[in-house]
Amino acid sequence: MHEAAITEQLLELTLRHAEEAGAIKVTRLNLVIGEFSSVVGESVEFYWEIMAKGGIAEGAELHFERVPGLLTCLACEKQFPMRDYDGHCPFCGEVRAQVADGDQFRLESIEVEGPEKDGKDG
Amino acid sequence: MAKTVKVAVEEQITSSNDQIAAANKAKLAEAGVFSINLMASPGGGKTSLILRTVEVLKGELRLAAVDGDVVMVDVEKIAAQGIPVELVNTGGDCHLQANMIANILPRFDLNSIDMLIIENVGNLICPAAWNLGADKKVVIASVPEGDDKPYKYPAMFRGADVLLLNKIDYLAVQDFDVEHFKRGVEALNNDVEFFPISCRTGEGLDAWYGWVREQVKRKKA
Repeated sequence: MHEAAITEQLLELTLRHAEEAGAIKVTRLNLVIGEFSSVVGESVEFYWEIMAKGGIAEGAELHFERVPGLLTCLACEKQFPMRDYDGHCPFCGEVRAQVADGDQFRLESIEVEGPEKDGKDG
Repeated sequence: MAKTVKVAVEEQITSSNDQIAAANKAKLAEAGVFSINLMASPGGGKTSLILRTVEVLKGELRLAAVDGDVVMVDVEKIAAQGIPVELVNTGGDCHLQANMIANILPRFDLNSIDMLIIENVGNLICPAAWNLGADKKVVIASVPEGDDKPYKYPAMFRGADVLLLNKIDYLAVQDFDVEHFKRGVEALNNDVEFFPISCRTGEGLDAWYGWVREQVKRKKA
């Protein structure tokens, strides 16, 4: 599986944005993963624990928003999940369909803690 | 307690790989090299396709290959055809990444190459997520694997520019519904170019060679 390599890239991306924001700690990652990008979340979490250890992103919670792979029937225009497609639209039986959703493979945002500010209004 | 703030990122997870891939692409384009990222399951016919292609086209095109593998076997077979070939030892990794290609490109004299064939690691899941910077993603599926592959591994077929259905000489002895297979692929990818072939008998390969010639010509234009 390629989740070790994906986690490596995810950590690099996270740390770059955390540093740019002047963060001292990363608490959460908000990921959006479509079904067509085949990433196993549990496996990323496993590698994350190992790879993020000792850095500012150690212990950050990984939140996966899963987007199902959806097709649109080219005849009746109804949407249905790829897993319900056997070569025919489950609603009207038409054979032609195309992808409507499910390609996402991105880090949408990170949640970070900044340095404690000096002074009363910090 | 420290205050938590949300920082927008909105980037592809593999964006650093994508940046290296873009640099690879630019380097190849500058030298006028047409390149393909060839992907398939183990035993799908990647090396057979390369050997056939080299045999037929080496007289008219200057070909070179990169083989992502852990052993030299396929590299030696390709090298025996008399074209430059380099091994990228992935050390057991299931896919090639753009930095591996960036590291290997300096070993080639790109200005004396028309087409670079990058043979990815035999795997139908992982390579799809990693851009290498090749012009076209070429996926080989084969008849013995079954006609349900696009339904089971949508990611690989989603990103393919060209799909070769290899081992069509097995169609006579196996239940494989070509239309069912093709519909699954077309649902995922309307624009895919589809070539049914047999590397064993040579059936259908003329159309593939024609496509390769056309792509190389366009790259030089």
